[in-house]
Amino acid sequence: MNSILYKQQLSTDVFMMRLFAPLIAEERQAGQFIILQTDDDYGERIPLTIADADTAEGSITIIFQVVGKTTKHLSSFNTGDKLPALVGPLGKPTHIKNFGRAVCVCGGIGVAPMHPIVQALKNAGNHVSIIIGARTKELIILEKEMAAIADELIICTDDGSYGRKGLVTAALKDLCERELKPDIVFAIGPPVMMKFCSETTRPYHVFTQVSLNTIMVDGTGMCGGCRVNVDNKVKFVCVDGPEFDGHLVDFDNMISRLNAYKDIERKHYKCFVEKTFNQPVKEEQI
Amino acid sequence: MSHKSSKALQEEAQCLLNIYGPQSSSLKVKERQKIPAQVMPVQDPELRSHNMEEVSLGYSLEQARVEALRCLQCAKKNCIEGCPVQIDIPRFIGHISKGEIEEAIAVVKETTLLPAVCGRVCPQERQCQLYCTLGKSLKDIGSSVAIGGLERFVADWERINNKIVIPSVKPATGKKVAVVGSGPAGLVVAADCRREGHHVTIFEAFHKLGGVLRYGIPEFRLPNDIIDKEIETLSAMGVEIKTNFVVGRTRKLTDLIDKDGYDAVFIGTGAGLPIFMGIEGESLNGVLSANEYLTRINLMKAYLKDADTPVYLSKKLVVLGGGNVAMDAARMAKRLGAESVTVVYRRTENEMPARREEVLHAKEEGIRFLLLSNAKRILGDEKGTVKGIECLQYELGEADASGRRSAVEIANSEFILEADTVIIAVGNGSNPLISQTTPLLTVSKRGNIVVDETQQTSMDKIFAGGDIVLGAATVILAMGEGRRSAASINKLLCGPAVETSDPSKGTLS
Repeated sequence: MNSILYKQQLSTDVFMMRLFAPLIAEERQAGQFIILQTDDDYGERIPLTIADADTAEGSITIIFQVVGKTTKHLSSFNTGDKLPALVGPLGKPTHIKNFGRAVCVCGGIGVAPMHPIVQALKNAGNHVSIIIGARTKELIILEKEMAAIADELIICTDDGSYGRKGLVTAALKDLCERELKPDIVFAIGPPVMMKFCSETTRPYHVFTQVSLNTIMVDGTGMCGGCRVNVDNKVKFVCVDGPEFDGHLVDFDNMISRLNAYKDIERKHYKCFVEKTFNQPVKEEQI
Repeated sequence: MSHKSSKALQEEAQCLLNIYGPQSSSLKVKERQKIPAQVMPVQDPELRSHNMEEVSLGYSLEQARVEALRCLQCAKKNCIEGCPVQIDIPRFIGHISKGEIEEAIAVVKETTLLPAVCGRVCPQERQCQLYCTLGKSLKDIGSSVAIGGLERFVADWERINNKIVIPSVKPATGKKVAVVGSGPAGLVVAADCRREGHHVTIFEAFHKLGGVLRYGIPEFRLPNDIIDKEIETLSAMGVEIKTNFVVGRTRKLTDLIDKDGYDAVFIGTGAGLPIFMGIEGESLNGVLSANEYLTRINLMKAYLKDADTPVYLSKKLVVLGGGNVAMDAARMAKRLGAESVTVVYRRTENEMPARREEVLHAKEEGIRFLLLSNAKRILGDEKGTVKGIECLQYELGEADASGRRSAVEIANSEFILEADTVIIAVGNGSNPLISQTTPLLTVSKRGNIVVDETQQTSMDKIFAGGDIVLGAATVILAMGEGRRSAASINKLLCGPAVETSDPSKGTLS
């Protein structure tokens, strides 16, 4: 069993945990994810990207946002508690080499999975520009960590409360317009953001890699629940991905498939929160 | 069709036993032929299509003995030839006819490890029962001795009466064997290698053991208690179990040998890669592989109120395919409350790969079969959700290389079938995870691991068996491959001087 070594709340709904998982810490590479359950018998399996690892401590770091029942439940676990099921590292690692100039665009908690990629890109000798976007200042995470590695860091907030006002795509477009345009773009964040990052870079012919977080059950290729259309071919995010060429991904279908169980998920979340935390949940909160 | 209760069937059998029992050893062939075949008691179809309890209830001792008296104990023993692990069928049935159940189960366990499983899920009508002399003499395979039912009976008797003997384990050899995957092949390898005194570790990717027996085959066909009991036995033998461990990812296959000191590895990761049909509309919401549908329900318990994993509560569900997995998905949908469940299969019932009994049970439960038809494309609404299937009609053509008649589409025969859920159950490819991460391992074009006659792969000390080698096959074939692999591993680790279990002459309990 994997115990929680450290827990920190990063913003209203975002948490960071270090989990004891020495084998995963040793094997994991940038871009890979884990699947966990908060209950061994009745829990669901959710994928979360590995944000960092410490082989000396034998730990991995996960950063997650409360979006449903399992993440809500997970956020109630504390230091010393044990996770009933944790498996990984899953997925293919990010292909890292010296591309030249790399731009890493992160939306929301997409900063977390981007962190190890940025580290690896830097180690491989790339010039790395990072764009971090969030709705408002309070939701920006890992700014210090990213600033420490990046050659250039651009922050964007929708409301202008911090950094540039506006969307990450505007900042990305500016970088593409520069004389030294990016050799590669990595985009991780909400599907809509990844879609529009891919659309932004398309006219500039800059290869854009996105990391997809679809619905999964086993995470080893067995169920096919995570399938996406890439270049009109069926790909499994868990074994063929999670990273794909953003210019070839059918994002509209992917976004539609993420909503496959929305109604049931809402119901589970509402029941859980009302029962466990004795808090009434209003429709607009979920 | 009327269903007699277990009790009524038991009473009838008792009457027959009073007549035939005393003269059991002197019965003539003609007399045995006249003994009525014993009907397997089942739950009432209407009742069972609303619960998860096992459909077949199993023979009583009386029924088992009467059924055993039907066996002609013929000299040729063709039935043994039809059994992939060559159980000495007439001998174990002979014991049952005399009421010697402990002796009967001992005979079965000489060659098979999981009789409670195989008695339930083997396609007997294509194996032992196909070759049964009685069935042939009566010109009806359906009248063969119910060998599967009897195998199940002795295995259940042993379990229910707490007679399971933990197999003895030889003194520790200091050698370590890694078993990757805890499906039928892996369980057999673990038991056979542990018995020789090796340290055995099972690595399972999921949080629960059993592989396809757990995530694939539903509770109503193979109760989880039975799998749990088998695993309990392995634990009692000292087999080490590591769940949530994906070999190839959590640890590379070669690291198990190079870094962790395992002396041999068995790969039994199964055929876990669902095949999709490549037709329009397959990525709509409401279309899912049978693997996903069944895993959500069987392993993740999505049918229970307390479970977090969601599952579609379908009204009109269509299953594409005609194998056991298709039957399992269709019957499960019925149990989850679907109003209409239709199996669409492009050939006829004769060509269906599913077990006869499953097809029969499915029909009894009200599953509709749309034969000589296949999906051309799946239709969706503006929200990206399934609303129906456009199908084509088919006819049977010439027999293909496998002897099965091909299905030929009829031009302009399109018709629409309404559906809110479509389950694709047209087969599984081999799981690529280990081959992706083990470049030296030779795999076929289809991704199956290539092995020699001893089940050894292209790599030293690494063996493989079951569906990852065979492609999607059966539990019993996987077990047979496990047996052979374990024999090879034991030979490798103990040297040729030590006698190891021949697949056909095991040494279980």
